[in-house]
Amino acid sequence: MSTSRLFPVLRRTLLQAAPTAIGIVILNFFLLRLAPGDAADVLAGESGSATEETMVMMRHSFGLDLPVLHQLVAYLSNLTHGSLGFSPLYNMPVAALIAQRLPGTLLLMGLALVIALVLGITLGTVMALNAGRWPDRLISVVTLVFYSVPGFWVGLMLIVAFSVMLGWLPSGGSETIGARLMGLAAVLDRLQHMVLPATSLALFYVAIYARLTRASVLEITSQDYVRTAAAKGLPPLTIAMRHVLRNALMPVTTVAGMHIGGILGGAVVVETVYSWPGLGRLTFEAVMKRDFTVLLGVLLLSSLLVIFVNMAVDLLQLWLDPRIEVRR
Amino acid sequence: MSLPAIAQRPGRGRWGVVRGPEVLGAPAATPPAAGSYRAVRVFFRNPAGVLALLFLALVAAVSLAAPWIYPDDPLSMVARPFLWPGHSWDYPLGTDSLGRDVAAGLVWGGRISLAVGFAAMGLGVTVGVIVGALGGYFGGRVDDALQRVTDIIQTMPSFVLLVVLVAIVQPSVQSVTAGIAIVTWPTVARLVRAEFRSLREKDFVMAARALGFGHARVILREILPNALPPLIVTASVLVASAILMESALSFLGLSDPNVVSWGSMIGSGREVLRTAWYLSAIPGVAIVLSVLALNLIGDALNDAFNPHAATGA
Repeated sequence: MSTSRLFPVLRRTLLQAAPTAIGIVILNFFLLRLAPGDAADVLAGESGSATEETMVMMRHSFGLDLPVLHQLVAYLSNLTHGSLGFSPLYNMPVAALIAQRLPGTLLLMGLALVIALVLGITLGTVMALNAGRWPDRLISVVTLVFYSVPGFWVGLMLIVAFSVMLGWLPSGGSETIGARLMGLAAVLDRLQHMVLPATSLALFYVAIYARLTRASVLEITSQDYVRTAAAKGLPPLTIAMRHVLRNALMPVTTVAGMHIGGILGGAVVVETVYSWPGLGRLTFEAVMKRDFTVLLGVLLLSSLLVIFVNMAVDLLQLWLDPRIEVRR
Repeated sequence: MSLPAIAQRPGRGRWGVVRGPEVLGAPAATPPAAGSYRAVRVFFRNPAGVLALLFLALVAAVSLAAPWIYPDDPLSMVARPFLWPGHSWDYPLGTDSLGRDVAAGLVWGGRISLAVGFAAMGLGVTVGVIVGALGGYFGGRVDDALQRVTDIIQTMPSFVLLVVLVAIVQPSVQSVTAGIAIVTWPTVARLVRAEFRSLREKDFVMAARALGFGHARVILREILPNALPPLIVTASVLVASAILMESALSFLGLSDPNVVSWGSMIGSGREVLRTAWYLSAIPGVAIVLSVLALNLIGDALNDAFNPHAATGA
């Protein structure tokens, strides 16, 4: 991809993303202020005793007695230094806490997305190639069920089936505790722990991608160049793979980028079910302890992650489809 | 305008004007209202949609009748704990770890799930329609500002935002409903805005404007009815997703502690998952069936409104 095409697109996506990011930061600040209690209250509660004077002193030292606008400026300047505040409950900076948990969640989301795309595109293609016949109808009912099932409930039922009854897979955690595995064994152990949570997270999106792929394949199948390929005598599988699927996948990549936020939300409940040490579980713990600094840190960081992924998808599409110059 | 002068010529009826420019200005006969009933007929010819509608009506009826079916508090302990389903006629779905009747919880929980689902949808659709209609119809600065707000909310992971909102304002049926409406209205606003932007340019809207109708009448009587079909389909799907969100929240313990809901039943059943998995399974089946019914209705409505669309697309 030449730089002359890259730059206008990069500039446009940045221009679009910047106001949204700023809006999210400001909204986050006001939500944090709305939250009951402040850092001084939390610390006083932790220590068990605090006089009115020490509370005033603490508020002063945290800058909590300044006017709102000053506090906003302080919050913004902290953000530019990469600080999301300090969590008295975990006794560590929120940014460090999140950085510790983020990789686990990204790994889980990545695997879930791969499962959703592979299964969804396969099912969708099978549906479209059999449109109107029984495989199509059967799969469309199955995907609609996937679409209607709460992720946390699937998670619980998978635990009942595969851990409790069959005993095939572990029911929680991210690795076998105390096993001290190395190399390939450690990777396999990790994967075993990931299969169930990633599947529970993926099912909803399997349904979406299957339906999207079906519609998109059906539309492309009616194009002239597909008829030409068939008239040339190409085998049906070659047509399906090289002529139809390749073009049908564009809308799927667009939508997959938009789903990052949704998958993150799903991870909150699924990680709780499987006690997976990630951002979602951290969110749950923060809710239980009413630690709003951590909670809003997670919200801010995950929103920025969504913006970042959307920009990446924009650039990916530019690479996939050279006809896109500057949209709109 | 010279039109009235020509139309008043003696010997000519209402349709006496046949020259092009004048025909454009002539009052049109009211179009037959055939479309609205056609969609309803198509919907009722779809077996899956009708079945789903019947099922949902049954769930709603049972939920409404809860005070008569199970007059006692569903949170009260009535029998021996861990009674498996099918072991007692009095408690067909068994009892939970505290000896509470699962069937009673299911019926009362349905009330909360459906009430929150429909109320959140109603609130979200109302706000979304107002914002989308104003932005799409007027465009310009109003639209830009409203677009920014929808962009911000749509970018934030909606379930995380919902968790934060409900945690800030203590969890209750009202706060959960409001929270779900807050994270869903941008979807509606975006859809309504797009509809309004395309309908705004249509001839019948131009005609209405030319006749001197005010903005309110054009928006409410001319454009909105034409934007309804996609809105109705979206609304049915929104109820489904609101029920899913409510169940996930109460599973996490973010719900009113004094009322039973399907999600909170699964949440408390989770602690005894290994020995009494039916406690988590039964309310989950209720959620899946209700949400599936709503999605089937949404699909059937979509097919009814768009006869040419590929089914299931």
